[in-house]
Amino acid sequence: MHNLTIAELVKGLQNKEFTSVELTQHFLNRIANLDPAYNAVITVTAEQALQAAAAADQRLAAGNAPDLCGVPILHKDIFCTEGVRTSCGSKMLDNFIPPYNATVVENFEQAGAVVLGKTNMDEFAMGSSNETSFYGPVKNPWATDSVPGGSSGGSAAAVAARLAPGATATDTGGSIRQPAALCGISGIKPTYGRVSRWGMIAFASSLDQGGPMARTAEDCALLLNCMASYDDKDSTCIDREVPDYTAGLNRSVKGLRIGVPKEYFSAGLHQGTEQAVRAALAKLEEQGAELIEISLPNSALSVPAYYVIAPAEASANLSRFDGARYGYRCEDPKDLEDMYCRSRAEGFGEEVQRRILIGTYCLSAGYYDAYYGKSQQVRQLIQQDFVNAFENVDLIMGPTCPSPAFKFGSKGDDPVAMYLEDIYTIATNLAGLPGMSIPCGMVEDKPVGLQIIGNYFDEAGILNAAHQYQQATDWHVQAPEGIA
Amino acid sequence: MNWDTVIGLEIHVQLATKTKIFSGASTAYGAEPNTQACAIDLAMPGTLPVLNKQAVNYAIMFGLAIDAEIGQVSAFERKNYFYPDLPKGYQTTQLEKPIVGPGNVEIQLGDGSTKNIRIHHAHLEEDAGKSLHEGSFNSRFSGIDLNRAGTPLIEIVSEPDMTNAEEAIAFAKKIHSIVTSIGICDGEMSQGSMRFDVNVSIKPSGSETLGTRTETKNLNSFKFMEEAIKREVARQIDVLEDGGSIVQETRLYNGETKVARSMRSKEEANDYRYFPCPDLLPVVVSDEQVAELRRNLPELPDARQARFVEQYSLSEYDAGILSSDAAMANYFEAVTTVCSNAKLAANWTMGELSARLNNEDLGIANSPVSAEQLAGLIVRIADNSISGKMAKEVFEAIWAGEGSADEVIDARGLKQVSDSGALEQMVVDVLAANQAMVDDYINTDEAKRKKKLGGFMGQIMKASKGQANPQQVNQILAKKLNELL
Repeated sequence: MHNLTIAELVKGLQNKEFTSVELTQHFLNRIANLDPAYNAVITVTAEQALQAAAAADQRLAAGNAPDLCGVPILHKDIFCTEGVRTSCGSKMLDNFIPPYNATVVENFEQAGAVVLGKTNMDEFAMGSSNETSFYGPVKNPWATDSVPGGSSGGSAAAVAARLAPGATATDTGGSIRQPAALCGISGIKPTYGRVSRWGMIAFASSLDQGGPMARTAEDCALLLNCMASYDDKDSTCIDREVPDYTAGLNRSVKGLRIGVPKEYFSAGLHQGTEQAVRAALAKLEEQGAELIEISLPNSALSVPAYYVIAPAEASANLSRFDGARYGYRCEDPKDLEDMYCRSRAEGFGEEVQRRILIGTYCLSAGYYDAYYGKSQQVRQLIQQDFVNAFENVDLIMGPTCPSPAFKFGSKGDDPVAMYLEDIYTIATNLAGLPGMSIPCGMVEDKPVGLQIIGNYFDEAGILNAAHQYQQATDWHVQAPEGIA
Repeated sequence: MNWDTVIGLEIHVQLATKTKIFSGASTAYGAEPNTQACAIDLAMPGTLPVLNKQAVNYAIMFGLAIDAEIGQVSAFERKNYFYPDLPKGYQTTQLEKPIVGPGNVEIQLGDGSTKNIRIHHAHLEEDAGKSLHEGSFNSRFSGIDLNRAGTPLIEIVSEPDMTNAEEAIAFAKKIHSIVTSIGICDGEMSQGSMRFDVNVSIKPSGSETLGTRTETKNLNSFKFMEEAIKREVARQIDVLEDGGSIVQETRLYNGETKVARSMRSKEEANDYRYFPCPDLLPVVVSDEQVAELRRNLPELPDARQARFVEQYSLSEYDAGILSSDAAMANYFEAVTTVCSNAKLAANWTMGELSARLNNEDLGIANSPVSAEQLAGLIVRIADNSISGKMAKEVFEAIWAGEGSADEVIDARGLKQVSDSGALEQMVVDVLAANQAMVDDYINTDEAKRKKKLGGFMGQIMKASKGQANPQQVNQILAKKLNELL
């Protein structure tokens, strides 16, 4: 059953080929048996899952159940789940049980999806390797000595290892696309404002966006149908009808104009990765798409601009974790300042503290204009690059990340090398554009991701191209050894 | 040496919205601690702010009341600092693009002159919670009450246009009058609905260069503000005349103990690291929205004062006092409508009633004497049913809850006797019973006789149990005594 896609599971459930309880138990067993090797899941909610599955089976029996009714999924542990610990991968929130659901969680609950548990992640979504999690690193199912990517590494690894057919994730600078690429699955970061951020613990509010991960583009479309919604609890959510993303998947790519930014094929790109991506582009060309070389001239500025804006926002967003009302508090604080200092020094990991310090510095009197102010200007330039490009092309494609999954510890001492992991993904967050990664080849027995960037709210166009590519290729059905 | 004082004010005005500026929690005053703080106010992870549209409208109304430019696009910033009563670790406020731009407020001074005070801007922001450092809980800990956290405020920032405490108080009272008149603030100073930060500096008389200023924060009464300004001016003069220099600092003034002290110097000041709040979109105000609010803007104090002079023939002074407080103005008009005697209504509202309310520390909205009851009393004064002295007794009885003026007059048998026949009989009886006093009167020099009248008056009033109409008795007595001469 774990090799079936969500689309197939939906059919199987609705045709009563199996029950949600059977399906749920199957995935719970897989998590219990296999996850000790991957550490992808922080919290398993077996009892609630089986109850939800039983309820879903009743709904299915009554007929007219929503698509996802009875389908098991995992939530990234950044989404608040009522009554279930939501840690954000941090010691700071190891004891935090929210009294409310994130809107995303609520949407899946309404649809009758079954939540198996919460996935591991880089602490507060800060990381590209899942090595910053308080709960230990997640191992890449394709090569357990290598990282799964981050920050949504737990969700990506879980989907790759078939511990769940789909999972929620979030993307601030590449945190859906990069782990999807490294784990050989599909994942889409929608347009900023498409998915509600209510109940999604903030890293960098102007960049954070939730999105789904699954093995196929079609499954991502099914999940996004449920995940995307207008929410008046999130002021930055955009009130725009959510289309049926599965309805537009069968359009031919004939005549599709694909922009290929030359800046995305520069030095630093792994040769094998480049070959796989070029081959994927050739495949699409063969299917009738037109490849057009374009330039995104300010691409090189995206990483430095991001590493000012994101930490700046994070430095304020994480101020609420002060030991006063919830979360970690140090033992026996002598006074208020001691409580603040030690709770935060002990509750936050090194990378989180690094980014809070960077952000605090960038916003300080005398530095604001040179860092934050300048970065906002750069952000506008980057956005304008994309606006210009989309005058001539329908989609933009290139590599998701510079190289396949790297080994644990290999970038641990060099934050900048780690930050460059997101060199191709960050610009879309700065511009607020939707982007996706789908598997498009293997290098050194590790998956390579093809990134597809669309215009604002053209998730349907991205998913269509991805689906068309997947109809003609089989990278997305391949499984790590011992998994299928 | 003579010194000039320069004063600027920052006034925090709590807006009278039902819910908080970024959450749906109630803003009602006086609830049990932390019962009116929702997940957003507690800054629970993943929660997000949604701007209260009524707070925006109230801020715009204030802008219209002071004839200010309204920012078509205003934006919220985060002001970062750690304090337990600030759950997010930042205050959401406005810095670069406030909703209300420059405006003007005219104040009236004691000598009858007026002065224009410029408003630099007014911006929207959220209030913090309260830290409770003493009370019923364990003294090793401080308590935090987050009921107030997230209450909408406008902070009104004046230019340094005031030159003494009198002007500062007049300005503060005028702002109080404006915000209560347009209904955007309940004006309850004792509940912290308005709080003042006072910036004070001095400079040698006539000098163009401003001196170093200090800021005294969080004054919540006009009286404390006046004391704080006077003390601070005196302190600065002392320091400079002793050859010292003023340190730029934030100060606190304790109105109970009358002690002022330094809170922090400029060097210790926080770097607030303001930056645009990414959780909130810029606030776009349309021309239609402004026009609609302008159309429905309640009467402003100045316009009301002019109307009171015109409509009720009140003096400028009386009209000014009555119109300065919306609740008092409404009360006065309600009294006048029932009793049709604006002069007496004004005198009683500003006099006996206000004095009594002040003594009991009550707002006019909570007056034990309703406008209708006061009007009933005035009707009986005007038709001579009761004397002024009786009226005070009746007023006290109404205050004590004994019912309407007529009910009190009946119950206590206070009706004034104005029947001239009955009064004449009383005078005749008293004169007959006091032949010695009558003889004494007759034998006294004409110039000194007037003084003797008081004795007869006392006897007559006593005989009438105080109910005789004194003016009438006076006339009858004079006539009767003259006949005996």
